[in-house]
Amino acid sequence: MQNSPNNILVASGVVKTFPGAIALNAVDFSLRRGEVHALLGENGAGKSTLIKCMTGAYRKDSGGLALDGVEIDPRDTLDAQKLGIGTVYQEVNLLGNLSVAENIFLGRQPRRFGLIQTAEMNRRASALLDQYGIHINVASALESYSVAIQQVVAIARAVDLSGKVLILDEPTASLDAQEVEMLFRIVRGLKEKGLGIVFITHFLEQVYDLSDRITVLRNGRLVGTRDTVSLPRRELVTMMLGHELLAVEKEPRQTGSEAGPVRFRFSNYGKAGSIKPFDLEVRKGEVVGIAGLLGSGRTETAELLFGIEKADSGTAEIAGVPANLSSPRAAIANRFGFCPEDRKTDGIIGDLSVRENIALALQARQGWARPLSQAEQVALADHYIKALDIRTSDREKPIRLLSGGNQQKAILARWLATNPEFLILDEPTRGIDVGAHAEIIRLIEDLCAKGLSLVVISSELEELVAYSSRILVLRDRAHVAELNGAEITTDNIVNAIAASSVNKGAA
Amino acid sequence: MNQKYLPLIATLVIFVLAYAVCAFQYPNMLSTRVAGNLLTDNAFLGIAAVGMTFVILSGGIDLSIGSVIAFTGIFLAVMLQNTSIHPLAAFVLALAITTAFGAIMGAIIHYLEMPAFIVTLAGMFLARGMAFVISIDSIPIKHPFYATLKTFYYKLPGGGRISLIGGLMLFVFAVGILIAHRTRFGTNVYALGGGAQTSALMGVPVGRTTIMIYGLSGFLAGLSGIVYSLYTSAGYSLATVGVELDAIAAVVIGGTLLTGGAGFVGGTLVGVLIQGLIQTYITFDGSLSSWWTKILIGALLFAFILMQKGILFVSRHRRTHA
Amino acid sequence: MDSAKRLGRRLLPQFIALALILMLIWMVFPAFFSLAIQNGRLYGSLIDVLNRGAPVALLAVGMTVVIATKGIDLSVGAVMAICGAVAAASSVRGDPLVLTLVLAIGTGLLCGLWNGFLVSVLNIQPIIATLVLMVAGRGIAQLVTEGAILTFNDPGLIFIGSGAFAALPMPVIIWFVFGIAVAVLVRRTALSLLIESIGINRRASTLSGIRTPVLLMAAYMLSGLCAALAGLIVTADIRGADANNAGLWLELDAILAVVVGGTSLLGGRFSIIASLVGAMIIQAVNTGILLSGFPPEFNLIIKAAIIVIILVIQSPKIETAMTFFTARTKGVDKAEQQTR
Repeated sequence: MQNSPNNILVASGVVKTFPGAIALNAVDFSLRRGEVHALLGENGAGKSTLIKCMTGAYRKDSGGLALDGVEIDPRDTLDAQKLGIGTVYQEVNLLGNLSVAENIFLGRQPRRFGLIQTAEMNRRASALLDQYGIHINVASALESYSVAIQQVVAIARAVDLSGKVLILDEPTASLDAQEVEMLFRIVRGLKEKGLGIVFITHFLEQVYDLSDRITVLRNGRLVGTRDTVSLPRRELVTMMLGHELLAVEKEPRQTGSEAGPVRFRFSNYGKAGSIKPFDLEVRKGEVVGIAGLLGSGRTETAELLFGIEKADSGTAEIAGVPANLSSPRAAIANRFGFCPEDRKTDGIIGDLSVRENIALALQARQGWARPLSQAEQVALADHYIKALDIRTSDREKPIRLLSGGNQQKAILARWLATNPEFLILDEPTRGIDVGAHAEIIRLIEDLCAKGLSLVVISSELEELVAYSSRILVLRDRAHVAELNGAEITTDNIVNAIAASSVNKGAA
Repeated sequence: MNQKYLPLIATLVIFVLAYAVCAFQYPNMLSTRVAGNLLTDNAFLGIAAVGMTFVILSGGIDLSIGSVIAFTGIFLAVMLQNTSIHPLAAFVLALAITTAFGAIMGAIIHYLEMPAFIVTLAGMFLARGMAFVISIDSIPIKHPFYATLKTFYYKLPGGGRISLIGGLMLFVFAVGILIAHRTRFGTNVYALGGGAQTSALMGVPVGRTTIMIYGLSGFLAGLSGIVYSLYTSAGYSLATVGVELDAIAAVVIGGTLLTGGAGFVGGTLVGVLIQGLIQTYITFDGSLSSWWTKILIGALLFAFILMQKGILFVSRHRRTHA
Repeated sequence: MDSAKRLGRRLLPQFIALALILMLIWMVFPAFFSLAIQNGRLYGSLIDVLNRGAPVALLAVGMTVVIATKGIDLSVGAVMAICGAVAAASSVRGDPLVLTLVLAIGTGLLCGLWNGFLVSVLNIQPIIATLVLMVAGRGIAQLVTEGAILTFNDPGLIFIGSGAFAALPMPVIIWFVFGIAVAVLVRRTALSLLIESIGINRRASTLSGIRTPVLLMAAYMLSGLCAALAGLIVTADIRGADANNAGLWLELDAILAVVVGGTSLLGGRFSIIASLVGAMIIQAVNTGILLSGFPPEFNLIIKAAIIVIILVIQSPKIETAMTFFTARTKGVDKAEQQTR
């Protein structure tokens, strides 16, 4: 199959390691002429690493990559482009301030006597876009057009430059239904022309709508490649999320979901364009899990709860009293804490020491005039370094030098130091090694036992099942199901995620 | 209407309105003589501002140009005083030095990944220091060739004249517009201003372009220095202090985004002329004090920064709700 | 004890540089260290360095904090001129000294508030935001002085510039006391931690509950306050407000002092004391060149050379190259940092 003459791009046994982590472990991937091949997996599964190895953004450590049967090793993306592999990203990687035509012809503008023939360039750009059924003024700045049009321009440029393989990295993430339809029409047209197209998305409907085959990666390994028509949706979700999905059953929790009264109540809470209004109740000493695929509104829910985004509907109550959650600071004043998904940009203060990072939130709440003394900070840091087993040679070490798992624990320590009542953890176990993984799960259970209320967002379903007393399932930026008690099984979560949003229809 | 022209149109409207107000109060200001002088008096600033436009379009800044102009002036004066070299040869030499100077700054900015602000600050100190080292006196230039050059002008109807240096400024603007909009280098400059990383991904030679941009700025600062020495017939190392600020103000008032990526070389000409007009008006008025120039320019600068922030906000808002 | 040792280690390069420069000057100008007391007041080249360096030292205090927040304040020179003009105008009008000082300092704070507003509320890049006041400031100062050099003879105001207290010139006492006071204030409170945090990662700081806009505003207001004090000293020293030349290009010297003091222009870790030493290094170079009979023209070239050397040392590229060489011992750390 690897040597089928119909294959245009074949990657075999690709390995890519980063210090401390294996991002791709002997992954095989083949792309045929004239097919749309969906590449799926959760964050950290390795799909973007695989793409980057194919487009030259990364150099693979070992393994083969053949284009049209010829072994290639692109040095960089420009090299890959010349060889025939073009990529279009979700964040359109074009220059919005240049005109549409300039974007398409950057670096290869038609010239006469050294001067760009603007009219000629515009004529050619118009002609090119006409093939895609797009009739726009190509002399206007790219940023004056919708993301969908920009996406098409990016595709037109990539195909015009490369012409063999087109990689679409979440191209539909910010498009509406009509725009997606237009994009799909174009992609189908390119498929007819014999291009090999790799399609990355987290919208399962779109996968079934467009793709011929599906390859699923998980934790840097290949889970499998299947024909789309013969792969049931449920099985696909299982491939992406669970391992064997031996239907992990819920062990009844000791610390009672029935015991405490509802402490935090969000009613009809939502923000237009971000997440549809939802209801959420969290008791004292309870973990509420939030499950859903990437892009389903998980992070948006967390940001709303913590006041990073302001809710434009609904109310929040703490112990029956309306609470002001209009900013992170206001949320913190209500004893909230938030461990963000993107630790690097939203969590750690890289150049500050582990000690300072741990003391930061408590210090911020106390205000500048009441400093924690050096001794208090040291005591605080030492306590949590020991309690959470943060592995660092020195509490004075800049936190950016720690591994991901230890950074995560330090941020958790930052919030625990403020003695919170409500903690929001967004993907607390992502990108950290297996050992630290288990410890963080143990920590979550401990905190819960101590009476904290937690909301944990995770794509690791077994984990969620293990510690949650209730699970909310999200799909398409809305809360679509709530699982209680015995209903909490990985099976049920997968079913809820995979349930085709039939009512969504063509909208 | 295409909103990328909005700042340019605003600038033009301000200029026309301001000129109309001036002409209404002092009909004399409509004369070609005033118009010609406006060009001559601001020639050196205009030429340097063209270089600054390219630098700012690419998302950078060049603080060294005032010092480079002074350096060129004193360099020419001393060369013409102490050697028998022909002024044209001295011009070529000066331009070679200033171009190389700019290019080296560009190389440091690119290869050492340091902010343009601090690199060109060092360049500013260095160029001014070199000027001081050459001479701290004001040295007159008495070469007959200078006198000859001053006799070249184009007579306008109504008694005004476009002097050689005024004409040179217009020529530099014309070439600048051509380079900005009709060469691959020009597009690359805009591309850098739109995003250096994306540009690199799209195949723009970032290093070469950066070096060329600062080299061009150095070249035009040198040319501006030559013009300034023609204008004053002297070289003085303390001259043109703070011209970089005037140039930056002209560029921004001319509608170029101070963060780079959008703007027009032609707009800078209007920006320079607005500054010149304010000065001319104050001279005509006689009772108004000169400091109003600075305050007005500062206010205009602020207004344009706010307007661009507003345009950016509106366009982003519109796009997310599209 | 521990923190004193850490401070010592942090300041070591600056002190070595300062010592080297002083030694160099002493070698060409042996009388450099000699001090004399006349009329109960110390005189000598060393005192001269401390005295002449006062404006830059004061500006460097505020500039350090602003740069630590990942900002920059280009307007301080112009603000000096404005505050000097306000003080002179007030003195000429016959206001009592206290009112004069309050007006001048209030003006400085107001200028800082303006800059801080543009940066933290309107979210304009600091370099652009402070450019507005840099361009317009001198015009405003001239507006206050009405274009003339406003001279005054209030002995109280003059005392600030040329008086002496405990045998030391007033400017020395002002910058020293003020600089140490601010340094102690930010270190003894949590301000240093919060400011560094903002400079390193503004978003994560806000998410941790830090009042980022308020602190940014305060940083620019401190810078305005420093400019007001520097402006008062310069104005009092020449007994008049020179709107054109007071504080001219001192913003660049202040930035240079901060950079020489080892605070990164990219924000984060900062040391006010180190910037003060940096300001003295710059002044020592200035004075040294004068004393040693070198033409003062070399001053700027030496400044340029200092910037280039520091640039090369601070360059991220060079740092990468250096860590490459030390990677063998610290390989794991670096590696962990690069994942994700």
